[in-house]
Amino acid sequence: MQLTAREFWGLIHGMVLGGLFLLAFSGGLAGLYSLRPEFVTVQGLRERIRRLNIGTWVMAVVAWLTVITGTYIVYPWYRAKPPEGADLRLYPRAFLLSSESTKLFHEFGMEWKEHIAWFAPILATAVAYIVWKYGDRLAERELIRKTALTLFVLAFLAAAVAGLLGALITKKAPIL
Amino acid sequence: MTLREHEPQSGALPNGAAAAAILAAAIGCFIIGLMTLGAEMSEGLANALKWYPPAGPLSGKTGVGVITWLIAWAVLHNLWKDRDVDFRAVRIGAAILLLLGFLLTFPLIFQAFA
Repeated sequence: MQLTAREFWGLIHGMVLGGLFLLAFSGGLAGLYSLRPEFVTVQGLRERIRRLNIGTWVMAVVAWLTVITGTYIVYPWYRAKPPEGADLRLYPRAFLLSSESTKLFHEFGMEWKEHIAWFAPILATAVAYIVWKYGDRLAERELIRKTALTLFVLAFLAAAVAGLLGALITKKAPIL
Repeated sequence: MTLREHEPQSGALPNGAAAAAILAAAIGCFIIGLMTLGAEMSEGLANALKWYPPAGPLSGKTGVGVITWLIAWAVLHNLWKDRDVDFRAVRIGAAILLLLGFLLTFPLIFQAFA
């Protein structure tokens, strides 16, 4: 099995980083949700904060890597303008726009994905910072913890929308 | 033995640092939405946002959003880091900015202004 450079970067952007993001999110969500004084012992709290710190920073870093590779490596291949008479299958954006039945994939799918994806690293970084800064105090700062949890879920939703649309677009017009 | 049965593990920490991080993130997301709308409404702005031409205006829209986020975070953090602020007001402000950010990056909305 051989991958072209474009397929390789598409895989890194969509599958490897996307998969890591999901993994870090599920751990972080469980950690943040259960970070309540009545749920954990002092020892358990310290251990949980250590893991939560790592999980939220991993999620933030992975989110940044995903949007940076997406915007600056993969997306230029997607939106490249085809020369006259070129095989449109090599130019996904032009290929999608060439037919009424597929143009929605670009006009709605890619247009939403490319913008909303950038919310994920910004929100995830804010959450990672709060977990790092407040540490075990978060268990007793309910309002801060709940707000961080909300931002964490929003970061995931932004990434999930981008990921789902990315998968649909790639299925219709892969970057070859 | 739960945490409630113990003294707090550490001294009180003002909520300002968290409030600054939350509001700044919401400002960054809102600015990305605003740039998305602006680039749709103005070809001049769209061209000016082509910071990295192969990626088109997306590079500038998100670049402006990220820079604004970082500046807002630095400013708010310096103002609030050592004190408690009205966290509920910050939450409401952040919620409004985030909602606007999400709406302005939704194609059916920003494309209506094209």
